[in-house]
Amino acid sequence: MKNKNLYNYILGIADNSLILGQRLGELCGHGPNLETDIALTNISLDLLGQTRNYYQYIARLHDKEKTEDDIAFLRSEREYINVLLVEQPNTHFGFVMARQFFYDVFHLMLMEKLQESKDETLSAIAKKAIKEVSYHFRFSSDWVKRLGDGTKESHYKMQEAVDELWRFTDEFFHLTEADKAMIEAGIGVDVSNFKEAYYIKVSEILTEATLSIGASKYFQKGGKQGIHSEHMGFILTELQYMQRTYPNMKW
Amino acid sequence: MNEKDIKNLEEIFEQRIARDEKIEPKDWMPEKYRQTHIRQISQHAHSEIVGMLPEGNWITRAPTLRRKVALLAKVQDEAGHGLYLYSATETLGITREELYEQLHSGKAKYSSIFNYPAITWADMGAIGWLVDGAAIINQVALCTTSFGPYARAMVRICKEESFHQRQGFEILLTLCNGTEVQKAMAQDSLNRWWWPSLMMFGPPDAESTHTEQSMKWKLKRKSNDDLRQQFIDQTIPQAEILGIKVPDPDLKWNEKRKSYDFGEIDWEEFWQVVKGHGPCNKERINARIDAWEKGVWVRDAALAYAEKQSDKKLNKAV
Repeated sequence: MKNKNLYNYILGIADNSLILGQRLGELCGHGPNLETDIALTNISLDLLGQTRNYYQYIARLHDKEKTEDDIAFLRSEREYINVLLVEQPNTHFGFVMARQFFYDVFHLMLMEKLQESKDETLSAIAKKAIKEVSYHFRFSSDWVKRLGDGTKESHYKMQEAVDELWRFTDEFFHLTEADKAMIEAGIGVDVSNFKEAYYIKVSEILTEATLSIGASKYFQKGGKQGIHSEHMGFILTELQYMQRTYPNMKW
Repeated sequence: MNEKDIKNLEEIFEQRIARDEKIEPKDWMPEKYRQTHIRQISQHAHSEIVGMLPEGNWITRAPTLRRKVALLAKVQDEAGHGLYLYSATETLGITREELYEQLHSGKAKYSSIFNYPAITWADMGAIGWLVDGAAIINQVALCTTSFGPYARAMVRICKEESFHQRQGFEILLTLCNGTEVQKAMAQDSLNRWWWPSLMMFGPPDAESTHTEQSMKWKLKRKSNDDLRQQFIDQTIPQAEILGIKVPDPDLKWNEKRKSYDFGEIDWEEFWQVVKGHGPCNKERINARIDAWEKGVWVRDAALAYAEKQSDKKLNKAV
């Protein structure tokens, strides 16, 4: 491979979008009302569109001829390097929004910095994505506020989701070897630089939503090393179903 | 208003329709016109959102990223259609909640085709090609219907539907140009969707109710049987391009009529599904009820939050 670090760096970002896009895709047609259904589908579409841009780019870095679909569908579970947060299930609408919110705050900060990447393709993808991601952030943070400061029941449910998902937020800021190499090369973003800003932003919005920030100091990790939660196998079972059942065909 | 006044209004109303003028929500209209339109437009809206379910099933399993994105966008279009059709219905003085209640209780109907299961990827092609194809034939005529909001919604919907139909055809074309397994998948799908698609045009003219009144109000421009024939004549050449065979041994070109003769439709099956006993009637309604009931706390929260915000603004202003 021409540039393994670049490949793995981009794969890390892209896999997050793929798996979150897939999770949101499960909800299409089942939202609490038509308006949110349409909005969540939009977010899923944006994320999958970004995924395609990233995969198409790194497919070219491969020695063998690869396509975006080879990368998306034909890896083993241990080869997906998305963070654990994005694979967490759609337990209820509060979980969907908390997961989205935690991710969007990070994603927006990442895209802001990625625009400055020395890699022109990556910078161009970030410039396009940032418009979409700003909308995602607005949507999810508005819903966090609505649910947190809505009714007693919604407050309870939103707090439950925040408490449960909080433990997955720290993993965003773990640097892999590929991350470090790409930061060194001026291509990747040193996400540890905005870790503090991330938690300030998250706390600000949770406070406005009358929610308390996650109390646990114990965090989970592993996704970036391909060690996933037990949910991941089921996600891939559906995602890969057609490609695995009918290999080497055009669709 | 006395009887004579009403009679007078009705005459003016019918004349306006005859002159192809659009009736707008605030215009006077006979109660029967209002009720018929509530029934038909909401039935159409329900069909859109129930129709999201069989295809929505395949979003997580779509075979490529391109197909996944296209399918998501298509199902999202259907949600959008549902949204503006519900809005058009609401202009006639009924709430979205009441309309949902009618769907959930079984009082309101939706297109029976969505009570068939989508069990293979080829079904995503067949639904687009046949179901959207049949829907377009039904709907093109409605672009010039008399009720303004409905006619305008249909113009936009028809444009998107014809895109969906091409997309469905292209899914099948890819399968038919693929391996034997893929071609067999396409054929199997056509075998299962052909007859239910023909049933989408409704019962034969002899048994169809409402037709005369609907013709007058331009809710219907052609009869069920005429539309069905048009669909068959237009679809058979497309099946030939695909190289798959319509499952009708009696299908034959009639040179005299310049149309295809076709076999007997199983109307018993049609009525069974219409009456709620098709393969997926229960699953579809349960899925809608489930989404609505699970969403209660979310909708309540949004309402409570909005009230708190407007109270805050009010307090600030004071």
